[in-house]
Amino acid sequence: MSVQNLNTFDPFADEADVLGSTKDVGSQQNYIHIRIQQRNGRKTLTTLQGLPKEYDAKKLLKAFKKEFACNGTLVEDEEMGQVIQLQGDQRLKISNFLTEEGIPKATIKVHGF
Amino acid sequence: MASEEPLFDPTLKKKKPKKKTVAFSEDPLGADADPTTPAPEVIEDHTMNGEAVNMGPTTMHEQLKQSDAAADDGEEDPNAMFGDLKKKKKKKKEIPLDLDGEGSGTSTPTTAPAATEDLDFSDLKKKKKSSKKKATFDLDAFEKELQSEPKKEDGDEDEERDGEHLLNLDESELGENVFAHSEAPSGLDAGNEPWLKSDRDYTYSELLQRFYASLHASNPALLTSTGKRYVIVPPSLAREGNKKTIFTNITDICRRMHRQPEHVIQYLFSEMGTTGSVDGQGRLVIKGRFQQKQLENVLRRYIVEYVTCKTCKSFDTLLTKENRIFFMTCESCGSRRSVNAIKTGFQAQVGKRSKTKPAQ
Repeated sequence: MSVQNLNTFDPFADEADVLGSTKDVGSQQNYIHIRIQQRNGRKTLTTLQGLPKEYDAKKLLKAFKKEFACNGTLVEDEEMGQVIQLQGDQRLKISNFLTEEGIPKATIKVHGF
Repeated sequence: MASEEPLFDPTLKKKKPKKKTVAFSEDPLGADADPTTPAPEVIEDHTMNGEAVNMGPTTMHEQLKQSDAAADDGEEDPNAMFGDLKKKKKKKKEIPLDLDGEGSGTSTPTTAPAATEDLDFSDLKKKKKSSKKKATFDLDAFEKELQSEPKKEDGDEDEERDGEHLLNLDESELGENVFAHSEAPSGLDAGNEPWLKSDRDYTYSELLQRFYASLHASNPALLTSTGKRYVIVPPSLAREGNKKTIFTNITDICRRMHRQPEHVIQYLFSEMGTTGSVDGQGRLVIKGRFQQKQLENVLRRYIVEYVTCKTCKSFDTLLTKENRIFFMTCESCGSRRSVNAIKTGFQAQVGKRSKTKPAQ
C-alpha cells in the first residue's frame, strides 16, 4: 500500500533529465523536425533538424543522397547543431526512411504546407 | 471499430486525387463500372451493418450525426471546418451512394421500383459526364481508361500535382481524413433494413442502428444542435507579382478563431519557412508562392494545435499570455493548458548571399 502523500518527494528528481534533454538537442523537445523551404521557382529545400546524437549525420546524409537521388549538405548551426539539407521536397521520403530505420514516428515532426 | 478505420483509409487515399480534379476525372471509372456498382454497394452496406456489430453506441451516434465527418476522434472537426469548399464534391459523391443505399433495400418489394428509377438516373448522369470527359481527352481515354487516368491527372498541372502530393503527406502525418465518411451510412432509413423481412433474431447492433435511425428521423433537431460544425471560411489567396502571395482574409479568419493575427502569422511563417508582412488593409503578404490548399493545411494544423481544446474538442477557446508562456483556456469546459511556443527552426540560406550580407 502506498500513500502518495507520504512518499518522499525529491524536488530535483527531474532536474537532471531536463538539463540532459536541453543539452542533448538544441531544439525543442527532442523532436526531429523536417521542414521545407521554397527557393526560386518550383525548387524547394528540405531540412532535417534535431537528429539524435546516436545517429551519424554524415552517414545518414550519404544514405539520403543515395536513396533519394538528390544532393544535400550538412550545415553546422550554432543553435540547432547539425542540420541536414537536401534538395527538393524530400519530407515524406525522409520520414518514411527514418521510421523504417526504427525511429518512432511520434518523434518526427513534418512541417510545411 | 479499430478494424474499421484501416478499411476506410486506403479507399480514402485512393479516391482523393480523383476528387481533387474536377468532376469529369472521377467519372470514367464510374461509367465503366456502372452496371456493376450497385451490386458491390449492396454488399458494402451489408458489411457496414455487419461491422456495426463492434461499434459502441457513441460512435453510432456520431456516425449518424455527421455522416461525412471523420471517425478519427481528434481530427474530425478540423476537416469539417472548411466544409464550404468541399460540400460540392461531397454532394456529387453522395447522390449515387444514397441511391445505392435505397437499392440495398430492394429486398423489400416496395422500394424496388424507386430504386431502379434512381439507378437509371445515376446512369444518365454518369454517361453525361463520361461524354464530357471523352470530349476533353478523346483518343487515349478509350483503351486504358483505368491505368491512364492517374497519369493524366499527374500531367494536369505541375502546381496542382505538387499540392496533391503535399496534401497526401499531411494526411499521413496528421491522420486526418477529409472525406472519410462522405459515404457513411447516411441513408439509414428506419424500416428499410434488409434483415427486416428475415426470420432470424436481430442482433443488438442492428436494433441499435434502427433506433438511432428512427430517432434522428423523428427529431432532426438532434442532428443540428449537437453536431454543430466549426466552419471557417477558406483562406482566399491572391498572387502579387510572381513571388508573393497575398492572404486577404486573414483578419476575418483570426477573428473567427479568436486569435491574435500576430500569433497566427507567426505560426504561418515559421511553419512555411518564409517571411512576409502585413499591408495597409490588414492583408498578409507572404513571400513565396502558395496555394490555397497548402495554406489551408497549415491553418488546419494551427487549429488543431492552438485552437482546439484538447479536453473537450471545443473550438471555443481563448489564448492568453502569462510570463512569456501562452495558455489556452477553454470557454466551454474551463480547462486550461499551456501551448507550445512557436519556434522558427533552422532557416537555410536561400537566395543570393550578397543580398543578405550587406544588411549587417
